[in-house]
Amino acid sequence: MAIGLGTYLALSATLFGVGAIGFLIRRNMLLQLMSIEIMLNAVNLTLVAFNRYHPDNQSGQVFAFFVIAVAAAEAAVGLAILISLFRIQKSVESDKADLLRN
Amino acid sequence: MSTSGTLLFVACASCALLGAVLAVSLRNPLRAAVALLGHVLSLAGLYLGLHAQLLTAVQMLVYAGAIVVLFVFVIMLMGPGATMDSAGTSRGAGPRIAGASLLAMVTMAIASQLSSIGVLPDGTSAPAPALTPEYGTVEAMSQAIFVDTMLPFELASILLVVAIVAAIAIAKGKSKAESRPDAAPQPLAVRPRMVADADVVAAED
Repeated sequence: MAIGLGTYLALSATLFGVGAIGFLIRRNMLLQLMSIEIMLNAVNLTLVAFNRYHPDNQSGQVFAFFVIAVAAAEAAVGLAILISLFRIQKSVESDKADLLRN
Repeated sequence: MSTSGTLLFVACASCALLGAVLAVSLRNPLRAAVALLGHVLSLAGLYLGLHAQLLTAVQMLVYAGAIVVLFVFVIMLMGPGATMDSAGTSRGAGPRIAGASLLAMVTMAIASQLSSIGVLPDGTSAPAPALTPEYGTVEAMSQAIFVDTMLPFELASILLVVAIVAAIAIAKGKSKAESRPDAAPQPLAVRPRMVADADVVAAED
């Protein structure tokens, strides 16, 4: 089996699709946050794979490095918001996040 | 690519896919977090196959060692409330499954189109360019991060500090005294009354 750039891109597209489906299907907010992390990881894989096949500079890997940093910050703040909502609604179901409704 | 490289790719890719599918489909959030951990570690293996040494270490340190641990902490803090009961989860399942199948078909179409990138007309994939020995090493990445993109690096550190303060402020919530409708806002740090303060207060009177 020949493994080239296309293989890595197909894998990361599949992973991104899995993450997107998980985010739209699940109503548990914890699992939605995990699906976001899967999507970010798929994008990182795309960046690193492209950098491997165009190794003039390290831009792809540096970009992935910053994506990891931003993903960590976003996970922390997202989980803090989740804890805050859980304190009010006593549930992690995303349908219960309707405090602004009517 | 050598056979060991192919084996690394196949093993890590299948583990990453399995971990991702389990993470989005398991009902228990703690088991989903463990599946996410497996997914993240397999991705570190894939980075190693792509000659990204610093990123392999950073992926394991930050994603597996911090983000997944944070998820597990929050799941443990919530206790039984983290798992949604099955009473309300079957509502509206039909449209969700239809949407998921549509999205899955779109994803497979995109993935099959992408797999033909870099494939020569005779069916083999184009060979990967030759790499310098310091590609992806800590030295080359340090040069890139700390010298070429120094400003984004400093801005990322500011972002992380802001995220820490925001997470603490949001997750802290209000104490019972602050939650009353007639309560005045309390300062964040309360100075404890110590024995020496009693002497000072007594001397002031």
